[in-house]
Amino acid sequence: MRHRRIESIVDAVGHTPMVRLRSLERETPEVQIYLKLEYANPGGSVKDRPARQMMLDAIADGRLTKDRVLIDSTSGNTGVAYSLFGAALGYRVQLVMPENVSQARKDITRAYGTELVFSDPMEGSDGAIRHCKALVEAEPERYFYPDQYANPSNPKAHFLGTGAEILEQVGDRITHFVTGLGTSGTMMGTTRRLKQHSRPITCVAVEPAQPFHGLEGLKHMGSSIVPPIFDAGLPDEILPVETEDGWDMSDRIAADEGLHVGHSTGANVFGALTLAKRIGRGCVVTLAPDRGDRYFAPQRWEKHYEW
Amino acid sequence: MSITVRIPTPLRSLTDGEDEVQVDGAKVAAVIDALEAAHPGLKDRLLDDKGVRRFVNLYANDEDIRFLDGLDTPLADGDTLSIIPAIAGG
Repeated sequence: MRHRRIESIVDAVGHTPMVRLRSLERETPEVQIYLKLEYANPGGSVKDRPARQMMLDAIADGRLTKDRVLIDSTSGNTGVAYSLFGAALGYRVQLVMPENVSQARKDITRAYGTELVFSDPMEGSDGAIRHCKALVEAEPERYFYPDQYANPSNPKAHFLGTGAEILEQVGDRITHFVTGLGTSGTMMGTTRRLKQHSRPITCVAVEPAQPFHGLEGLKHMGSSIVPPIFDAGLPDEILPVETEDGWDMSDRIAADEGLHVGHSTGANVFGALTLAKRIGRGCVVTLAPDRGDRYFAPQRWEKHYEW
Repeated sequence: MSITVRIPTPLRSLTDGEDEVQVDGAKVAAVIDALEAAHPGLKDRLLDDKGVRRFVNLYANDEDIRFLDGLDTPLADGDTLSIIPAIAGG
């Protein structure tokens, strides 16, 4: 599918490749471990799927029109996706993000013509959510607010895309699916699709082990605003992963597999390997939400913060 | 030597919900020890056996202490030490 000719970049989303992690399998000889490379999406992350679905669904039913501004809170990847599709489809985009997101994130979204609004860095992503909601409440007629945390089109993108693709790719062998919780859209939508499969597939959610963590993109549900799309009853298990374990795994699969991925991928793969060791036999699938080059630290002369 | 320490949301469960606390200390390390004494459990969230946890950013006023003298960075009366969380969420 990925070699096809397309009419718009919007059509390049999905049908991502899946790669086997043979260096990890040496620790678990009876278990196959596969990583689905969501960074192969045109915006560079898994977030292209929900952003595209939320925008297309809203355009179809009239919630998003050319005289409204799409606004949402995002730590980056969803913002890149909105910006990309906004540019391609001709819609204005405004993003609320904590001020301490990396300069690269700010530059990427601005390149598409997106306007940025900054929220308090001490408040994290929850602060960005609150700030965004206040803007929308002040001028509701001006904005289209997709609210990725509450929008059913978010998990729907994964039900129709990610879940169905996993079954096309490894439906004959998959026994376990593992992915991290952020908005929970990936986990919710993919799990619903995998649970329809003829054979049972165990679906495990990875979450940061601590409220204060460094796994960007993931949420510690117990200490966060719980996304309305999150159904705690859907995952078969919640698997806590420490930040350091996720970071170390990112480094390891870059060196051993040629996969330079973000920290949430490291956490996902650490979770997949933990599960693989426990089950002893089977096939575990997880996702690589984005690449590591989204997280290069700023140089010293760039690293000055004002409050 | 009163230092204002800014506490991020995910750690406020350890400070009774306070977003700023005042402690004494002439260096960052001493401030963290004073924080731990007042709010047990905080130190382990910030440091591991090798020093400041890799994903934790501590700012003496506006500057990352990694670019100063790390845990030995001196602080003066009225200075602010900020604990900056990783960005979380989608």
